[in-house]
Amino acid sequence: MKEMIVIILTAVFVNNYVLQQFLGICPFLGVSKKIGPATGMSAAVVFVMILATAVTWPIQTFILEPAGMGYMQTVVFILLIASVVQLVEITLKRYMPSLHSALGVYLPLITTNCAVLAVCISNIDTGFTFLEAIFNALGSGLGFFLAMILFAGIRSRIEECDPPESFKGLPITLVSAAILSLSFFGFAGVIENLFA
Amino acid sequence: MGNKIKVFTNGIIRENPVLVLILGTCPVLATSTQVSSAVGMGAAATAVLLCSNIFISLLRKVIPDKVRIPCYIVLIASFVTIVQMLLNAYAYSIYDALGIFLPLIVVNCIILGRAEMFASKNTVVDSALDALGMGLGFTMALFVMASIREAFGSGTWMGMPLPVLADNPVAIMTMAPGGFFVFGCLIAFVNKFGKYKPRKKSFECESCPSATFCTMVGFGDCQERPKEEA
Repeated sequence: MKEMIVIILTAVFVNNYVLQQFLGICPFLGVSKKIGPATGMSAAVVFVMILATAVTWPIQTFILEPAGMGYMQTVVFILLIASVVQLVEITLKRYMPSLHSALGVYLPLITTNCAVLAVCISNIDTGFTFLEAIFNALGSGLGFFLAMILFAGIRSRIEECDPPESFKGLPITLVSAAILSLSFFGFAGVIENLFA
Repeated sequence: MGNKIKVFTNGIIRENPVLVLILGTCPVLATSTQVSSAVGMGAAATAVLLCSNIFISLLRKVIPDKVRIPCYIVLIASFVTIVQMLLNAYAYSIYDALGIFLPLIVVNCIILGRAEMFASKNTVVDSALDALGMGLGFTMALFVMASIREAFGSGTWMGMPLPVLADNPVAIMTMAPGGFFVFGCLIAFVNKFGKYKPRKKSFECESCPSATFCTMVGFGDCQERPKEEA
């Protein structure tokens, strides 16, 4: 159990997908203007990351690798993620309309989110077991969630500021992302020593 | 002929995918720590873009409209796999430096975006020129950003030590915060001194990788959804 907690904490704080590894920057900059959409988008990302890992890990381990087709990884994974997202959307719409109205809007946007594909590939590359992979996906998703919520709060303040003309809009947003990313450096080394 | 040149130069300056259209932010931020890996990323993405644009343009009358996005993704993913295997065999250092960002070229918004916006509507020659221009624009932006980050962060350029800077490296420039900071400053620089007015100042739907098939394009913020949905 200790290993699982370490995996989650590392993924959330030390190797934060958005702020330390530059994955999923598009939604991070695009959907973080207001806290409502930011929460919905992040919840959908957590959900899809776990689901995508649960589908791609067994397929890679039990079908592609024994068949000697490990090189098909990229093609197979992106198709699997796209179909899983589509299936989830249809299922939610039919059986859980309330959840669909909260998350469904964001689901189609996630198909081409690089963070989802990255979590599936890195789970294979690091050699995680199935359980570890699921926890890593959960941690990565939560890390994305945390970064989005923090940044949505920061952006509502930026909107009220008056930066130099050329820095208005995206540049000042990126500079504040740099400062937020800097603050996450404080966590480096903490996790290893926490359970030592 | 003038038209062809315009198609080619469009992507390099006026519609630079990175600094003006703000596309493909993830690889730009992640692989610009060193000039060599930045150029490798630029070349790999250009190769994929060129192949996918040519083939999508060739097949534009064959692919049914309703399933075009999955078809494009499969085509792009196949070319990414080919590039991945070639780099693994012949340029292992670049393959190693790019790491996970190599397979992630599949979800790079520039490639899907050009397939949908340009290659699916234009002739093969135009699409190839467009791909070369966009790829060159992407590589150049990456090159500029990596030069700044490597020079200040490690005091080197292409591995060669630079005077003065080599004695006072600012290590933070090669780390994540430096990436965000340099990128923000570069866009501000383009906003200030760019000959062409940037089309937009914030991050809107056109920059989103899903914009091509999203039902909410143009509604902004991914929240307002058109009432009527089929």
